[in-house]
Amino acid sequence: MNVSLIRNRRNLLAVLAVLLLVGVLTPHTGPFLTLLVTRALVFAILAMSLDILLGFTGLASLGQAAYLGVGAYLTAILATRYQFGLGWSFWIVIVLGALAGAATAALFGLIAIRASGVYFLMITLALGQCVWGLAYRWNSLTGGDNGLNLPGRPTFGIAMASDLNWFYLVFGFFAVSLGILYLLVLSPFGRSLEGIREQEVRMRILGYNTWLHKYLAFVIAGAFGGLAGVLWATTNGHVSPEDVVLTTSVDALLMVVLGGSGTLVGGAIGSAVVLFLREYLSTLVPWWQYALGGVYVLAILYLPGGLMSVPVRLRQWRARETGAATLAAAPQ
Amino acid sequence: MDARFWLLQTFNALSYGALLFLLGSGLSLIFGVMRIVNLAHGAYFLLGGYVALSVIWSTGSWALALPAAAVAVAAIGLLMERIFLRPLGFDPLRQVLLTVGFAFLFQQGALDIWGGDNMDIAPPAALTRSVLVGGLYLPVYRIFMIGLATVIGVALWLAMEKTRMGAAVRATVDDAQMARGVGIDTSRISMLIFALGSALAALGGVIGGAFLGIYPGLDFQILPIAFAVVIIGGMGSLTGAAIGALVVGLADNFGKALFPEVSYFTLYAPMALLLAVKPTGLFGRE
Repeated sequence: MNVSLIRNRRNLLAVLAVLLLVGVLTPHTGPFLTLLVTRALVFAILAMSLDILLGFTGLASLGQAAYLGVGAYLTAILATRYQFGLGWSFWIVIVLGALAGAATAALFGLIAIRASGVYFLMITLALGQCVWGLAYRWNSLTGGDNGLNLPGRPTFGIAMASDLNWFYLVFGFFAVSLGILYLLVLSPFGRSLEGIREQEVRMRILGYNTWLHKYLAFVIAGAFGGLAGVLWATTNGHVSPEDVVLTTSVDALLMVVLGGSGTLVGGAIGSAVVLFLREYLSTLVPWWQYALGGVYVLAILYLPGGLMSVPVRLRQWRARETGAATLAAAPQ
Repeated sequence: MDARFWLLQTFNALSYGALLFLLGSGLSLIFGVMRIVNLAHGAYFLLGGYVALSVIWSTGSWALALPAAAVAVAAIGLLMERIFLRPLGFDPLRQVLLTVGFAFLFQQGALDIWGGDNMDIAPPAALTRSVLVGGLYLPVYRIFMIGLATVIGVALWLAMEKTRMGAAVRATVDDAQMARGVGIDTSRISMLIFALGSALAALGGVIGGAFLGIYPGLDFQILPIAFAVVIIGGMGSLTGAAIGALVVGLADNFGKALFPEVSYFTLYAPMALLLAVKPTGLFGRE
């Protein structure tokens, strides 16, 4: 099912149409929603990076916030200490952020890729907590509990201080990330990852270096996590240990599962739903967290394929209904 | 940094370790028996503290709050296991995510019922004094914590090693399928262990409430530390949980005192390395 969701031409067109719609409609929704959509897009990049691990390689990581944190803190430290990244140099920060995420993942992967299943979950949890511990305690570098305040968004020709300009830029990064990851999962490399998810031993017997495949997927996911971190810090103008806590990693995982793992765009949908519930519903009603927890619980219990599987499920259900009807109408 | 510093820090580490044992032993047993990574365990800890506060407000009795919190949270854990986790069958990722969903629901529930303030659970006056031991003033409450954890630990160990039920639990940890094969009702074992684990976490919440405080967010703050205990000791092993609690207690106390800037790093980095080298922890059985 995952494969068809991605390879189906009609689904691809639907994704492009929705993207276009988001890009065109968002600027008309007012400053609050524009910023909210921007934040959802940043988180969507993180969720998609995690989907490469969870959905395509079968590795459930509970530490994806670490790479977001590395990218975010790198951005904040460069900006506050060296006033770097406030002009055209922002593009260098983007590259550095992705590289830092990849480098961290390259280090962590050496430790984590050995494990699988629940143990992988626990190792990545521990590694994520290492980054959190440094962010929380290394006062002289990270500002400790208070975090760091960025001097402002960069200006290169256009002022990114405007939330609208910034939205367009983040939207661009999201679209490019989606495109790259989409090509990645369609590539032979991506196909082997799916093979490892389904039958790791068989892939090894076929001569694939499964460790290296998983390791590379881990590093690539880290790079996109780092990119999301740079955007996250610049969007909010602030980084703090709160961005790196365990719940951020858990959120990313839930977004992927809620949207539908192994579909890439599922992570983006999950991110939109979660940020909408958390930041929009919370301004309207005090019980928003019941809605969030309830959505998680219900989705996990009744919708294992995530929201992306809803159309398929509806079609199946309708087919069953009509099938039953014809059967009932048929003469005995 | 004289001998007094080392003695006092070691004592503090021991008492913190006692609290961590209550928290970690339940998590470890749950994982051992059911292979569930229970991310709601921090919420049980927090709920235990809140229930205790309510009992203290209405009856004024701290001694009553301990069993009341344990029983109430055990009931919550039991319902969660029966109604939601068990029907999922063996699917680690979905189970993990389900426990997180519940952790969020509990968080909001606690916020609605008990509010967002940081509250302390005041122990009875008899426990708030200090005693002079060998030239050191030691708070009686911390001595009580060490004592309580030791008593519970020994009782659990005896139950696991010397009773028929304990043997059934150990068999389930080692090989659940085989245990079912020889006629052990593993479903009932899981239910019991889940209730026991939640009760232990709740006790930890009541005991820890006196010096950690009880506040929203404590659940996810304490959770990774509980995992450190379980991972270092090895999942499904009581002895492991005790050793893990000691190690984490010591690492945390001395880490904060000696190298404050990297103190959490010195806790979690060895944990990750240990997991990579020996995934079942120091005392885990596989």
